[in-house]
Amino acid sequence: MRIRILFLFVFYLLFAQWAYAAETEQKVKVIEPYLEMHTGPGAGFPVFNVVERGGWITILKRRADWFMVRTQKGKTGWVDRKQMEQTVTASGNRVRFRDITQDEFSERLWEMGMTGGQFANAPVLSLYGGYAFSKNLSTELTLAHVLGDISSSTFLKLNLLAQPFPEWRYSPFFSIGTGYIKTRPNSRLVQALDRSNQFSQIGIGLRAYLTRRFILRMEYNGYVLYSANNENDQNEEIREWKAGFTVFF
Amino acid sequence: MEGRIHRLLLKIVTSALLASVLSVAAPVMAEEKTEAQRKPLIEPEIERRELIEAKIDDEDFELGLFAGFLSIEDFGSSSLVGLRAAYHVNEVLFLEAMYGRAKGGKTSYENLSGGAPLLTDAQREYSYYNLSLGFDLLPGEAFLTSEHAFNTALYLIAGAGSTTFAGDDHFTINYGVGYRFLVTDYLAIHTNFRDHLFNMDLLGESKTTHNIELSFSATVFF
Repeated sequence: MRIRILFLFVFYLLFAQWAYAAETEQKVKVIEPYLEMHTGPGAGFPVFNVVERGGWITILKRRADWFMVRTQKGKTGWVDRKQMEQTVTASGNRVRFRDITQDEFSERLWEMGMTGGQFANAPVLSLYGGYAFSKNLSTELTLAHVLGDISSSTFLKLNLLAQPFPEWRYSPFFSIGTGYIKTRPNSRLVQALDRSNQFSQIGIGLRAYLTRRFILRMEYNGYVLYSANNENDQNEEIREWKAGFTVFF
Repeated sequence: MEGRIHRLLLKIVTSALLASVLSVAAPVMAEEKTEAQRKPLIEPEIERRELIEAKIDDEDFELGLFAGFLSIEDFGSSSLVGLRAAYHVNEVLFLEAMYGRAKGGKTSYENLSGGAPLLTDAQREYSYYNLSLGFDLLPGEAFLTSEHAFNTALYLIAGAGSTTFAGDDHFTINYGVGYRFLVTDYLAIHTNFRDHLFNMDLLGESKTTHNIELSFSATVFF
């Protein structure tokens, strides 16, 4: 009984996957003299089959700029994007794939990135996510980890970014933000205690569009940590620079 | 994104269950035949004249688990487990994030002297995360029999991250080499050899430690 239920469950899953594939299956026709199929998704993989003019192929999946296709005879292989664009759809239109360009970036809603750099004199690693309200204005939430010789800190920051020239390939931005930083002294410093401070931040930066969904990002920030200097209850100022990559959606 | 997650879950569960089903193959065969006969009745006939790019299943992400060994400098070697995720930018470049956990043993000094331990038990917990850039240096194919060929790649990888050990966080850089073996077009087995470098001054003077990892991972493209 148990085996039967297990079997039915597995069959359901297999069937679900097959049904999903059938639903997303799309066919195109070769119109150039031939189309080359490689054994893997890369230019170095050998060509093992060609589809002649008039042959139909089914697109199974995509990995970066390579498409896994199946011929009418059931052969499966990989075709590069350039050759895929030499096929037509059932209605006779040339197949075109959308280029992710800089224009798409200015229309983005979400972005995610990782940066590395220096916070005071210590290495800092950070992860952030952003949402764009408009072409010029966005908000970001940053989680960062500062790895110093005598202490390590984590901070969470919320900021607003203004990008006055979103259409430029190298586009500057300005930011203001606030957050909390928690600092933990290294274990061998017996006397020191953990501390937590609120801070505010102001910064400038540059975004450079690289390719596809990628943006290179550099920034320089100034932080004011409120009452961070415990001895005389004064604010502490810290400078940070970092660089990294952003992916947008 | 929901479709992507749906497909990933399907793949993971299907791969796991396929293995368990092999052990009860006999009754399965009988059932499958009857189901196969029914198949044509419910095959959806979808007339699609235009190509909808968004409907093409793009598989640029990779997610999986890894397990292996980590040799922690001065603190013996330990088993290692963790999570691995990757995003393939194009046919040769990928970004990879890893999170792993291990546990440091005793130094030779602690074992020989029988004196006070250098670290508490909690301080021996070793964990790391990193983000790296990988480069498929030698893509290729492996031929298991004359019938079966598998796509493979030997890749170089390097990156930065953080290691928590001896109660502190340490800035860590890593570099290494990996071998990706694609069992099917979406399931990959990796062998990963990596050196993690960070500075530690536990024993009085600051020194760079080399922590060598050998691990194996199974990942799913989705």
